[in-house]
Amino acid sequence: MIINTIFYYFREAATSLIRNSWLTVASVGTIIISLLILGSSVLLVLNVREVAADLESSLEITVFLEDDLEQERLEQLEEEIKFVPGVSTVNFVTKEQALENLKESFGDKAELLSGLEEDNPLPNSYTVKTRKANMVPSAARQLTELEGVEQVRYGQGVVENLLALTHWVRIWGSLALLVLGVAAVLLIATTIRMSVFARRREIGIMKMLGATNIFVRMPFMLEGMIIGLTGGLFAAVMIHFGYASFLNKVIISLPFIQLVDDSNSIYQVLGGLLGAGFLIGTLGSAISLRRFLKV
Amino acid sequence: MIQFYNVSKTYPNQVQALNSITLHINKGEFVFLVGPSGAGKSTLTKLICREELPTHGQVIVNGRSLPRMKNRQVPYLRRQMGMVYQDFRLIPNRTVFENVAFALEIIGASRREMKQVVPEALRMVGMEKKLNMRPYQLSGGEQQRTAVARAIVNNPALILADEPTGNLDPDTSWELMRLFMDINSLGTTILMATHAWDIVDEMKKRVVQLENGVIVRDEEGGVYGHDH
Repeated sequence: MIINTIFYYFREAATSLIRNSWLTVASVGTIIISLLILGSSVLLVLNVREVAADLESSLEITVFLEDDLEQERLEQLEEEIKFVPGVSTVNFVTKEQALENLKESFGDKAELLSGLEEDNPLPNSYTVKTRKANMVPSAARQLTELEGVEQVRYGQGVVENLLALTHWVRIWGSLALLVLGVAAVLLIATTIRMSVFARRREIGIMKMLGATNIFVRMPFMLEGMIIGLTGGLFAAVMIHFGYASFLNKVIISLPFIQLVDDSNSIYQVLGGLLGAGFLIGTLGSAISLRRFLKV
Repeated sequence: MIQFYNVSKTYPNQVQALNSITLHINKGEFVFLVGPSGAGKSTLTKLICREELPTHGQVIVNGRSLPRMKNRQVPYLRRQMGMVYQDFRLIPNRTVFENVAFALEIIGASRREMKQVVPEALRMVGMEKKLNMRPYQLSGGEQQRTAVARAIVNNPALILADEPTGNLDPDTSWELMRLFMDINSLGTTILMATHAWDIVDEMKKRVVQLENGVIVRDEEGGVYGHDH
């Protein structure tokens, strides 16, 4: 009994979708575009966060030393560095080690650095960590003052810029999403309104014959849900393959950047897109039926 | 079957369609509702299927008070009555069979049930040979007989007919009336609002006459009236 009715709902929804095929395509298209923007912004924010966290956790001060310092001066300098407020650990990195580290971070592009061993341009350095990330700037300033120090570098600015970027992506992404989301909902509402209008006589007959509200409304609700889910599905598939090819390119050309690539997070994003499509479709139908189908 | 107690109906535009009507219709009766246009005939039928609610008074159908009935129970009320209108109200892109089966589809019947019950109803109205035709391929009489088949397919206790012969020629009208007689003889109550005085005069059934929202006559074996 219920099965018969469910078949009926789907048949009626499909009939409507085909009858108003242009509007159907336009609604699905709008949802795809909105969800593509949603998906890319979410992925961008996730990635920026990942990179920023990665940078922040490895936030350390590199103190490059002048060449040809005496061993005695080196040991003294280490003591002086440890004495700077906020400093927790100090590690000496020889120029040979520094080159080795650089090669490692280049991965299979390391051969680019071959030949540098004979005339290593990298200086000796101390790697200094502070107890907290926000102690880095003041410690760095004091380290610059020490005798024998050529240059002091830390990644603070990069992290700040990255976090500012996430901030803007979030604001503009949400704004674009809001506008497009509203457009998508309204377009679906229009689609549903058209099918209600095309069938107003039939709806009258249904009510005369004793159809329940659910029975009258369900095909139209289903219509919106199908539009939303279809849009969500297309967007999820596009994001899935688009992001996979993006990851491949990044791994080849920028191997030292750590991007979100665990399938768990990605499937969560894709599932979210599907859900968002469904929600938009359902909302559009509901709005339309509230306004145009008093039963 | 149907009881009206002091029922008044005033529409939002201040038109008073019915004024303190009291009326009883028993199970199995055949009742004509007559009177000039605007006398309140349609309003009375709309109150019975709860398309409208009375402004005052009580309407009881099948022992249930309609003003007190919840909106979500209205569909189940309507399933107990079959409605027939002047304009047939068939769904244009469905066949005769599908139109009649639609009444069953709405209540969740299976294909098998439909294949059993629908041909029976179509045989009753003499449309069993045209079940694959669509409404535009049918004459007015055939369309109306299809609508009657749809009205009776659920075995309702009551048929509400609002000017069912309004779009039919005299011969076809009489065919329909014979059909109604058959249905009535099986125990179904029939309430028919009409302008067709010749039919009313000939059939000698109970006649309820409305004028300006008031019942001015209610007699068994009556005629349409003297002012036609």
